[in-house]
Parts: sequence; structure tokens; C-alpha cells
Amino acid sequence: MLRLDRIDIVQDGFRLGADWTVEGAARIVVIGPSGAGKSTLLSAIGGFLGGDVTGTMTWQGERFDPLPPSKRPVATLFQDNNLFPHLTVGQNLTLGLRPDLKTTPKDRERVARALSEVGLDGTEDRLPATLSGGQASRAALARVMLQDRPIVLLDEPFAALGPAMKEEMLDLVAAKLAGRLVLMVTHDPADARRFGEALVFVDGGVAEAPLPLPDALESPTKRLAAYLGSRK
Amino acid sequence: MARRALSVSPLGRVGAALAVLICGLYLVAGLAVGVRAPSDSIARLTDGDWAALRFTVLQAVVSAGVSVALAVPVARALARRRFIGRGLLIALLGAPFVLPVIVAVLGLLSVFGRGGLINDALALVGMGPWSIYGLQGVVIGHVFFNLPLAVRFLLAGWQAIPAERFRLTEGLGGSVWHLLERPMLREVAPSAFAAIFLICLSSFAVALTLGGGPSATTIEVAIYQALRFEFDLQKAAVLAALQAALGIGGALVALRLSVGMVQGAGLDRPVLRQSGRVAGFVDGVVILAAAAFLVLPLGMVAAKGVAGLGDLPDGLPAAAIRSLCIALSVAVATPALALAIAARGGAAQGVAMALPLSVSGLVMGTGLFIAINPVIDPAVLALPVTALMNCLIALPFAIRVVAPALARAEQAYGPLADGLGLHGVARVRVLYLPRMRRALGFSAGLAGAMAVGDLGVIVLFAGQSQETLPLLMYRLMGAYRTTDAAAVALVLLVMSLSVFWVFDRGGRADAASG
Repeated sequence: MLRLDRIDIVQDGFRLGADWTVEGAARIVVIGPSGAGKSTLLSAIGGFLGGDVTGTMTWQGERFDPLPPSKRPVATLFQDNNLFPHLTVGQNLTLGLRPDLKTTPKDRERVARALSEVGLDGTEDRLPATLSGGQASRAALARVMLQDRPIVLLDEPFAALGPAMKEEMLDLVAAKLAGRLVLMVTHDPADARRFGEALVFVDGGVAEAPLPLPDALESPTKRLAAYLGSRK
Repeated sequence: MARRALSVSPLGRVGAALAVLICGLYLVAGLAVGVRAPSDSIARLTDGDWAALRFTVLQAVVSAGVSVALAVPVARALARRRFIGRGLLIALLGAPFVLPVIVAVLGLLSVFGRGGLINDALALVGMGPWSIYGLQGVVIGHVFFNLPLAVRFLLAGWQAIPAERFRLTEGLGGSVWHLLERPMLREVAPSAFAAIFLICLSSFAVALTLGGGPSATTIEVAIYQALRFEFDLQKAAVLAALQAALGIGGALVALRLSVGMVQGAGLDRPVLRQSGRVAGFVDGVVILAAAAFLVLPLGMVAAKGVAGLGDLPDGLPAAAIRSLCIALSVAVATPALALAIAARGGAAQGVAMALPLSVSGLVMGTGLFIAINPVIDPAVLALPVTALMNCLIALPFAIRVVAPALARAEQAYGPLADGLGLHGVARVRVLYLPRMRRALGFSAGLAGAMAVGDLGVIVLFAGQSQETLPLLMYRLMGAYRTTDAAAVALVLLVMSLSVFWVFDRGGRADAASG
């Protein structure tokens, strides 16, 4: 269970509050107008905002907001720069297991298996630049799988992919990260329908408590309806 | 959205500690000078000391003035002409940074010196000989090194004027000089003047080799004489305090006059303009003269050096090895220091950049000499102290290169590294070294090359058995063994350029995509 307890994020004139709880494994989409603070909410949970956040965050009853990013029960996929371009795909995945890059045969086997699970068998020795956008996304997903954190934050990592590729990635994420709590930022209500089990609407300085999908989209609140316009 | 530092990183803590150490070092040197200098120091300054102070300021003002004045036509010609070799010439303008001063001095002597080209020409028409030593020599030496810098400053100013504005002015029939160029120079020239003035205030090697007699002695040369010949530590301390005050004052003045840093990027794009045939001819002459002034002395050194290579002086191999050791240790240590200090940023970075720029290496060397003299023979520590001082001298330049690269690496991959728990050594290995290779390699090359050619602290400390290449060269020149000196100069020049090239190249090699 993830609990955001009276979270208040303040950043040069910008403010965002959140005060809610979600049960363990679930796929939650975070939606709202640009600039409302969707990414900021994820950054706060991921630990990338430092001292701008007040309130407490707990996972399974244990507080994690004072911890640095790598000690939180959280793995993040950013919009870009999810792989180090100077490291091979295999090394990038190994970083999900151990930051010193020293590998045992068992580690190498785990890396190979993770790559295989996302359909990238045998790409260990390639550099990220030699992968297509979709392949790079899948390699980053494989690293998150190895990181073995119960919460995964997706900050529009698939925004640059074409629609078909994005749908494929969403299905892959849903399959491979089953059993984890996934929060994904998106602009696209279609992503929410395809992927989400619940929806957090961020607008007017508040990240509202998650509402179950697809109901949230079928009979939206007034403000959500205003945001969605005719595209609901 | 701006990413804020979560807390000071382990590397940043190292950087803070290093900055404290550096401050401590300057403090020790300052205390040593302070303890040695009597309380009535000012009253004890002799006429000679005051003359040295006046000459120091005078030569700096004249050198900076001449450099900037000559740079105006050169920069204007480079700004509006396109010709074969233009890119090469502009690249050469960056060369003085890695060019050993003593090598350039030898080259200038072979053009302007007693047996040089100018005097040969004067003799043909029954005039001369003309002596380079004195104010004129110091100014020629400083202009040689700083004209390129001034041209880079001014060229950047020219290229900051939008091309449309030239067309508009010409379309209206107005004077480009009055409406565009003069206002631009009024903004840019003072910064160029201030930077060069500051450099010339504490440029020891040029004043040592091209100054002449008591009437053309800078404070730093007087310090050297007090320490080495008179062994008068008290006088050296007084003069060091005077030079330190001058340097700090000069730095404050320079800070006031400076409007911004010159960026090297984009200087190879000419401002295309039509202008008359006379202007074209003048530009051509200006460019040729500037190129000759910069290239001829080095060509002379190379030609003479090749002639002397058959019979190399005895001390050369040992001196070469010493210089190489100093260069390599400085090339490795300086970027590492710069990285750690840039990771801390803030006051640590400010101190590490300001102290070496305002308190010259020779003044620091004097302080350290006085501080260690009661404990141990300074000659024993000649090489380590030289390496340390060269590291500090190069540090401001290295930080200026490394800090933006660090910011870019952090901006792009900092969150990823944070999320993966890459801290300390792992972060350096996985993030900084690969992503900052170019900046680290360039600053290593710069620091190493500057160290190879430095003729500063070493002259205060070194005994007979600790000659570096520049010191060996200086001693050979002092003994009028010009051919030997030219051979050493050639070796020194090749080593300096090689050190720069190898490290800079290393930073660029197989730079990973992304």
C-alpha cells in the first residue's frame, strides 16, 4: 500500500498537493493538463525533488520520503536518458542489479533472461544508439524488471514512440510488471483506457485521489470532463 | 524544471575538502610572508623597489594597450575577410596557451634580438643595432602572447553584431565604424584590456628574459633576485606582499571592467560584407603582418633547433624526464581537482578560481619557500612544489572547462544515476568519466602543456640537479649557448604540443554516441 500523507510540493510559485492511498499492485495513470504537475508528482515520489516536499510517504507502512532515490522502493523510467549511451545494453541492465558493474555468471544469466523476456535476445553487447526507439524502451523496461522495486514510475517514457509501438509497450509493461504498483504519466485518454486500472487527475494544484477505470472516464467529474473535452 | 541537489555528494565533499586545503596553502604562504615582512615594510621599500612597482604597472598598461590596439585591425580584417588558411590562423590564436614562454622568447630574440632579422636588416642600411632588452622587449613579448587573446575577444564582439545590422547601416548610407564597430569596441575592449593587464602584471618569465637592468625590472623579477642572489628573505617577503596586493587589486579592477567571458565557439564564421579595394588591401596587409609576427619567431626556433639537434646538451635527457613527470602529474591531478571542486560548486569553486588568478604562482612560491626554508632545503622539494603550483595555476582554466560539462552530464543523466544508486566512485566511473571525456581530456592537455613550459616557481626552488626543460633552456640562453638553447626549445615545443595533443585527443577518441 502506497500512502501519500498530506504531501505538499512547493517550487518557485508552483504548488501541488496530494493526500491519498493506493493498494499494492495496480496500474494507475496520471493525467492532466501540461504544467499541472504530473511529472512533479512522480519526481517527488521518486525522490528527485529534494527539500521541496513536505508530508510523508509510506510503502507497506514504512516511511521512505527521507531516503535518497536509490534507497526508495521505487524505480523510474524518465521521458528520455534511461540508458547510458556509452555503456552496452548488457551493462545498462547490470546497473539495475549492482552499481559497480561487477557481474557474476548468475547476474549475466539474469540479464540475458530479462532481455529475452522483452524480445531483445542477444543484444547484450550492443550500444543503445544501435537500437531502435522501441527497442531502447524495451531495454529500459528490462532494467526496471531487474531492479525489482515494488513501485514503478513511468514519466511518459514512450511518448516518442508511434501509436502502434506505444500500445505494444503498454501491453508489455502490463504483462511484465504485473504484481507491482505502476504509476504512469500520460496525455492520452486512450492510454488510460488501454493500460490503467485507476486514474489520478492532476489539475489546479491538486493530484486527486485515484478513481477506478473505466468509470472515471465514462462518467467523469466536471473538471476532468472539461479537460477531456470531446475526447472522452 | 530545475533539479536541485538533494545533498552534497561524496565527490562534492572531497571538493570542499580540497578547496579548504587550497585556502590553507595560500594561508600558509601568506602567513610566512607576513611573519617575514617587518611591520614597517612600506617605509623600508627602497627606490629600486618603487621603480620595480612602477615598471610592473607601466609595462602591464602598455602591453595591454598595444595588444588591444593592434587587435582592432586584425580582428576587423578576420571578421570581414574569407581566405584560405583563415580557419588555421584562428586556431593558431589559441596556441599561445600551450606555447612555452621561453620558447617564444628565444624566437622573438632571433627576430628582434642582437643577431636577429631586424638588426640584420638595419645593419644593411647602416643603422642599429637596436636592443630589445627593456620595456620594448617586455612589451613585444607580452604582445606576442596576448595579441591572439585580444583578437579572440574582439572577433567575438564583431561576430555578435547581427549581419542584418551591417546591411541596414550600409543601406542607410551610415558609417559602420561610427554606428556599429566603435560602440561594440567600447563594450568589449575594456574586458580584453583588463584580462591582459592582469596577465601581464604577473608574467614572470617574459620580464625575466626580456627586461633589462634595474630600470626594467618587475616586482616578480626583483623577488627572484632577492631570493636567489641576495638570499634576502625579508626583502623577498616585502616584495611578495607588494605583488600580492597588486595582483588582488588588479583582479578587482579586471572584474569591474569585464562584461563577460569570451566564448571560443563560432569564431570561424566570417561576417560577409562588401567593402572597397583599399580596405581589402589594408586587411590583407594586416592579416599577413599579424601572421608573420606570430609564426616567424616560432619558425626561427624550429629552424635553429633542427640545426642543433645533432649535438644535444648533456642535461637534456634528465631535464626532459623531469618536465614530463611534472606535466603528467599536473595533467592527471588538475582535471580531477577541477571535477571534485566543480561538484561542490559555490564558494569552493569561487575560491579555487579566484585565488590562483589573483595571487601569482611566483608569489605563492615565495611564500612556500619562506615557509619551508627553516624546515628543509627548498631545493629538495623543487619538483613537487613546481607540480603543485602548476596544478593550481591551471585550476581556474580547468574548472571553467569542466564545470559546464559536469552540469550537462548531471542534467541529462543525474536522475538516472541517482535512481540506480550510482554514488562516489561508481558515479565517477559510469557517469562522469565517459560523459565528460572531452572536457577532462582538454583540461588535462591544457594543464599538462602549461606545466611543461612553465618557467616560474622552478627558478626559485631548483638547484643545479633539478633543471626542467624551460630552466635548462634559460640557463643555456644565459650562457649565450644559443644553438643548444634552440635545440632544447625544439624538444620543449614538441613535448608541450604532444602533451596537449595526446590528452585532448584521448578525450575525443571513440567518443560514444549520444
